[in-house]
Amino acid sequence: MSQQSNWPLWEVFVRSSRGLSHVHAGSLHAPDHEMAVRNARDLYTRRNEGVSLWVVKSTDIISSDPDEKDSFFESPQGKDYRHATYYKASEGVKHL
Amino acid sequence: MAERTPQEPGLSAVPSYEEEQSQARFDVLIDQDSRVEPRDWMPEPYRKTLTRQVSQHAHSEIIGMQPEANWITRAPSLKRKSILMAKVQDEAGHGLYLYSAAETLGTSRDELNDQLLTGRAKYSSIFNYPARSWADMGAIGWLVDGAAIANQVPLCRASYGPYGRAMVRICKEESFHQRQGFEILLALSRGTDAQKKMAQDAINRFYEPSLMMFGPPDDQSPNSQQSMAWKIKRFSNDELRQRFVGMIAEQVKVLGMSLPDPELHYDEDKKQWIHKDLNWDEFMAVIKGNGPVNSQRLERRREAHREGAWVREAASAYAAKQVQSEVA
Repeated sequence: MSQQSNWPLWEVFVRSSRGLSHVHAGSLHAPDHEMAVRNARDLYTRRNEGVSLWVVKSTDIISSDPDEKDSFFESPQGKDYRHATYYKASEGVKHL
Repeated sequence: MAERTPQEPGLSAVPSYEEEQSQARFDVLIDQDSRVEPRDWMPEPYRKTLTRQVSQHAHSEIIGMQPEANWITRAPSLKRKSILMAKVQDEAGHGLYLYSAAETLGTSRDELNDQLLTGRAKYSSIFNYPARSWADMGAIGWLVDGAAIANQVPLCRASYGPYGRAMVRICKEESFHQRQGFEILLALSRGTDAQKKMAQDAINRFYEPSLMMFGPPDDQSPNSQQSMAWKIKRFSNDELRQRFVGMIAEQVKVLGMSLPDPELHYDEDKKQWIHKDLNWDEFMAVIKGNGPVNSQRLERRREAHREGAWVREAASAYAAKQVQSEVA
């Protein structure tokens, strides 16, 4: 019954208005980039959700290894001094 | 992000040290009300349950286009026609969001599609009832989409990330469906006697099937407990049904119509509406494929898939040609 296609999977990113970043909206199958953009328009922007679309082949996205999440992202731990709120002595000084 | 790399299930029945560690990490995610994402380790039964639930949900949206598509050409005005077309288009979209979510669990779109077309997969029993009159568009919107919303809003918090996110998008679009249905019934309820009768008849036919959409009673729903423990479901079938019947019992008054339930009453002690016992034998028969229009619905889907083949082939051929001309 299946006579497919194996159309690649595309990830869809929508910019909701000028000045904002493109945000991942979802994915879809399409034979080429042109159809991917058209289908993304139909599927993810039926209600004024965006002013710009990106489509990226899922296979072209390289992601960090979820099993290495801890070692990969732990470096901010204990580095409170990276945040403005760490500096208490200067509290109350105007325009600082 | 849609990932397509499911973990290999363990070959041994005895969990290895790594599997135990993974299970412990998974349990913590669930305990903390955090989300499970596609590339996280997850127990095989969790993956299986979700694949079944999400794909059934997707199939329901796709099959659910049919009763309404049948009425597009007979809608009473151009405005109603446009609204109905938008609704059917939404349902196609909902199906696609959900198929994408199901695919992240490691089953391909082709396989999911085959499961539907060959009848191996189930979809919501409600779509095996025919839509006989224009008023059915109202009753389906108000009762069927209403029940769907009651079911789907808590699923926005489902523990599996891609499913929850798909549901958020779907729920945003779904309330338009319910309101347009209610307005169809409201217009009919203010119309001629024949129109009022048509509206009441539609409500009569869809009341009980829509209450059954929440699934069997809690004591006959073997998977519910596990799904709630995994935080896929947040409320039991009976809780959701109770909540829904309370909403429509009030809303039906605005329509000046009635619900076909002589036992429906407000229980002052329990502070909730109590409905009659539902005919679960009928529900089981419809689920098993013996509903009024099961075979028509599936045959129509197969036919649509066959008739659409040339479009898919043309798109593939065009894409291949573009690649060739780029190379040349």
